Amino acid sequence: MIDLLWLVIALPLFGAVFLHFFGRRLGEPAAGWVATLLIGGSFVVAAGAAVPFFRGTGENVRVLLWEWMPAIGAGFELQWDPLAALMVLIVTGVGSLIHLYSIGYMSGDERFSRFFVYLNLFAASMLTLVLAGNYAMLFLGWELVGLCSYLLISFWFTRPSAAAAGKKAFVVNRIGDFGFMVGLMLIFTSFGTLSYAGIFERAPEVLGTGVATAIGLLLLVGAIGKSAQIPLYVWLPDAMEGPTPVSALIHAATMVTAGVYVVARSAPIYQLAPFAAGTVATIGALTALWAASIALAQNDIKKVLAYSTISQLGYMFLGVGTAAYVAGVFHLMTHAFFKALLFLGAGSVIHGMADEQDMRKMGGLARHMPITAVTMAVATLAIAGIPPFSGFWSKDEILGVAFEAGGWFVVLWIIGLVTALLTAFYMTRQFVMVFLGAPRWDEGVHPHESPRTMTIPLLVLALLAFGGGFVNTPWRTALEHFLEPAFEGVAIAQPSKELSTFFLLAAVSVLAGVLGIVAAYLAYRRPAEVWQRFQESLGAPWRWWEEAYRVDDLYGALIVAPGKTLAERTAFSFDLGIVDGAVNGVGWVVRRVGAALRPLQTGFVRNYGVVFVAGVVVVVAWLLVVGGGV
Amino acid sequence: MTVGPGWYMTLAAALFSIGAIGMLVRRNALVMFMCIELMLNAVNLTFVAAGRALGTLDGQVSVFFVLVVAAAEVVVGLAIIVAVFRARATASVDELSELKG
Repeated sequence: MIDLLWLVIALPLFGAVFLHFFGRRLGEPAAGWVATLLIGGSFVVAAGAAVPFFRGTGENVRVLLWEWMPAIGAGFELQWDPLAALMVLIVTGVGSLIHLYSIGYMSGDERFSRFFVYLNLFAASMLTLVLAGNYAMLFLGWELVGLCSYLLISFWFTRPSAAAAGKKAFVVNRIGDFGFMVGLMLIFTSFGTLSYAGIFERAPEVLGTGVATAIGLLLLVGAIGKSAQIPLYVWLPDAMEGPTPVSALIHAATMVTAGVYVVARSAPIYQLAPFAAGTVATIGALTALWAASIALAQNDIKKVLAYSTISQLGYMFLGVGTAAYVAGVFHLMTHAFFKALLFLGAGSVIHGMADEQDMRKMGGLARHMPITAVTMAVATLAIAGIPPFSGFWSKDEILGVAFEAGGWFVVLWIIGLVTALLTAFYMTRQFVMVFLGAPRWDEGVHPHESPRTMTIPLLVLALLAFGGGFVNTPWRTALEHFLEPAFEGVAIAQPSKELSTFFLLAAVSVLAGVLGIVAAYLAYRRPAEVWQRFQESLGAPWRWWEEAYRVDDLYGALIVAPGKTLAERTAFSFDLGIVDGAVNGVGWVVRRVGAALRPLQTGFVRNYGVVFVAGVVVVVAWLLVVGGGV
Repeated sequence: MTVGPGWYMTLAAALFSIGAIGMLVRRNALVMFMCIELMLNAVNLTFVAAGRALGTLDGQVSVFFVLVVAAAEVVVGLAIIVAVFRARATASVDELSELKG
């Protein structure tokens, strides 16, 4: 199967090209099925190629497809190790389900086939990113997913807000990419190559702590942009303007985890730079708390999930930053399951409510959308960290490692714990507001369960969100054994193996989760008027909270406005005044001189003759008086 | 009294001056053309005279070149004058001042 590995990328790429030309002719829903089958094919190939890893007999393989830029050690080279395999399986597996779901969700859209072109292109780009065997190819995938993200966020580009959101995501990501690119340059000057093989084995000899820290921090800047961490997280909530399957696929399950993947992939570098790794963990923990606190006050069903995603990505950063690469990637996996499920469930609700996204106008939907409600409940419990749902195992592993690491990390552990409480609260708040209580629908809305293409992915994901955590429990560390070959020579931090410590920590975090759930249930189970009046009684601070602390306004005043002023000055003062002025000035001078000299041309041959003769006379007189030799 | 090179030079200078003055004061294109020929031949005279005085053939060779160029120039010049005369029924150069700035 290794020989067929290139098919993993080629199948969705072929789908994108094929549907670009023939999608419209295939029409609905055939175009969607083609796209779904191709990405499903990728999943089958990847699963087949990953079998040796599951058996524990696999070896890391590098497949060079063709040379690209040999001078910098960058070929089209696939790296097939357990980490890549796991990422590919998540991307293609969850991706297939979301493709299938999209067939139902996007039905009736004018640009149905175009949507699947972008989805397939995105899948191919993301697979390029995770399968890359060197940083150059990784960067290629990195930029391509950014492009696809832009195309999909602004898919309904006739809405000005969607067009603006796409632009914002792209621009904010570019800030991160800048740091990332400088990091790659620094890697190249240190190692003379960008190939993983040439970097990771030699990292301890080549890199001093200073350079390793610089590289680590620069890569982190890129990861912060892509994975929406403080301070570059502002694009992700706006990205909810895209169709909901896009939010599920790109802005929850796959693309935003690329930052976590890069940190995990660069583990040998971060191992040499404790400060950079600590920065990763700190930013992660702070983001987790910050975003979770914003999510508490959101009324848009997708905005809650967007901030929740940012918060959960913070957990992953906390994990990989504390050198708990397995725990971080583990949470990446379980998060892909339950967050994709939450988004698809939200999409199902929006679909059933005729494009209503305001949770204040929902309520009591459980009776009308039973499958959506049950699957959403599973996801809510998973993200809230209630055992035995998947989120509990992965989140607790991260928190356990942070606790064990001691020192500053204990502070981060406390932050993570508080975040767990808030997470349980806002997720329960969302569930209660949407599915329980009395209906608060607008008139003319008739909620209905979604078609089967949408509910089947929900059910599969619910199964994964429930059971996905059992691959790595304190008793059975299967994922750890699975991933070990990918982290050769890297010391992976692990939570305490002592069951008493585990139970103590688990008890604390479960307590936090249960506390959050109960509090939210008690607060929002009451009639809507009660909590609405409470929210309104808070006045201005509540609105400030609702608008995510107005960080966008802050950035607008601090960065965007000065940038605009600078651009205006450059365009209208410097460019028009000085650059254009210089060019026009030269022309003006030439014209004035020409006008002054023009009368010399009388058009009379006689006048020219006089000048000519006078000239000859002067020259001859000169020769006669001064002499020839000069 | 011997007729030396000085005489020839004086004659050539006189011819050249007549040509140059005629060139400046006459308006008829044809006459101006003849004045140019006069100037050219004045120069030719100096070449031949100097060649003779110095005992080399260089002067006469130069005259041949001048004659060839003058012949070619006459062909082109007369053609232009004829064309202008046909178009405007005049050969006065003062009428032809389109290039006035």
